[in-house]
Amino acid sequence: MTTVFTDPAEAVAGIADGSTVLIGGFGMAGMPVRLIDALIRQGATDLTVVSNNAGNGDTGLAALLAAGRVRKMICSFPRQSDSWVFDGLYRAGKIELEVVPQGTLAERMRAAGAGIGAFYCPTGVGTPLAEGKETRTIDGRDYVLEYPIKGDVALIAAHVGDRMGNLVYRKTARNFGPVMATAATLTIAQAHHVVETGELDPEAVVTPCIYVDRILDLSATEATS
Amino acid sequence: MKTTVKTPVKTVEHLGRGPLGRDELAALVARDIPPGSFVNLGIGQPTTVADHLPAGSGVVLHTENGMLGMGPAAHGDEIDPDLTNAGKMPVTELPGASYFHHADSFAMMRGGHLDVCVLGAFQVSERGDLANWHTGAPDAIPAVGGAMDLATGAKQVFVMMTLFAKDGTPKLVPECTYPLTGLACVSRVYTDLAVFHIGPEGVTVAETYGTSVAELASRLEVTVRTLG
Repeated sequence: MTTVFTDPAEAVAGIADGSTVLIGGFGMAGMPVRLIDALIRQGATDLTVVSNNAGNGDTGLAALLAAGRVRKMICSFPRQSDSWVFDGLYRAGKIELEVVPQGTLAERMRAAGAGIGAFYCPTGVGTPLAEGKETRTIDGRDYVLEYPIKGDVALIAAHVGDRMGNLVYRKTARNFGPVMATAATLTIAQAHHVVETGELDPEAVVTPCIYVDRILDLSATEATS
Repeated sequence: MKTTVKTPVKTVEHLGRGPLGRDELAALVARDIPPGSFVNLGIGQPTTVADHLPAGSGVVLHTENGMLGMGPAAHGDEIDPDLTNAGKMPVTELPGASYFHHADSFAMMRGGHLDVCVLGAFQVSERGDLANWHTGAPDAIPAVGGAMDLATGAKQVFVMMTLFAKDGTPKLVPECTYPLTGLACVSRVYTDLAVFHIGPEGVTVAETYGTSVAELASRLEVTVRTLG
């Protein structure tokens, strides 16, 4: 059962200290900035954050990092021209980093959401990122054993939701959203607006409502704040 | 559609000219991408290959953040924050484009559906090992992105780089000294001075620009063969 919220604080209520939080977005496209801002105000700390990047500029994930709430980042590409917040924390030894190849990051979350215990992946074989991992040769090709990444919470950004929790996305802002929605115990989506049940074309739904627990309706949020 | 990368029959030495400029190098890579291919162009210089693909080539560009049918860079009113390439720059969509989530995007790559990817490199070994994600310097923040997935997954991996580093050391080497991105994955190396093919038989020079095969052989530590 999905609950629609108009107050960002209510949408993120109950996120515990020490949680693993999956945060959608590729750079700023698809980043759930309103939910992250609400999480900063909510105050949960000692978080492990899983996201493709480690913050851009000073908003969204970068602001959460700057607030000192993140113990560990799991991501594929932390270092960018505008990742100064993360860079400073990392160089000061104030944050742990686990670098995961981008496709492996996505697949580890897909596995978590799909009930897969682990999978053999060819990516990274023979590289530093496979060190210490179990390997196996299947039909003459080498693979590395990779384990799922499950979130306590996923924060994602969709384009439109309906009151049941079905979601559609827009262009490349879709990126990690659909996968993260499946991989967390509590999935919270922000959507530009929420329509009545039945208004979304069932053939076009990308994330079915079974994966979505809460939706923040940004159109109503903006109207009231 | 089945696509085949063309292989020249004889090594060509272009001696009456200088090394290739950056645009010329991008044009050369574009020339060798078979019509109708599904192609991923890496961040940085490989992105410029798109500007040299002939009209009507039927090449479909993949961007790992979830799109096939990516068009040129967006300008002015076309800029849409929800539509970016892997380098997070605004781009456009072409007719026939499609969007998909990240796990699908990388399944497409890892599953061997992409015909060609073009990547930059710090080093390539004579066996086709690639090093392009990390200098290994103690103060460097490691960041791999989709480089390992592309190197492992695409049917053909083309590398674009200068043949020599700024300090004069070759980047085509017997053994990579930088941390590896993938093993035996590079099939072609396009450089300012020469185009190399890498296969089970080792390194072959297909073309030279502003230098000869003999001169290249004297400056490299790898054994190079010629065609024809």
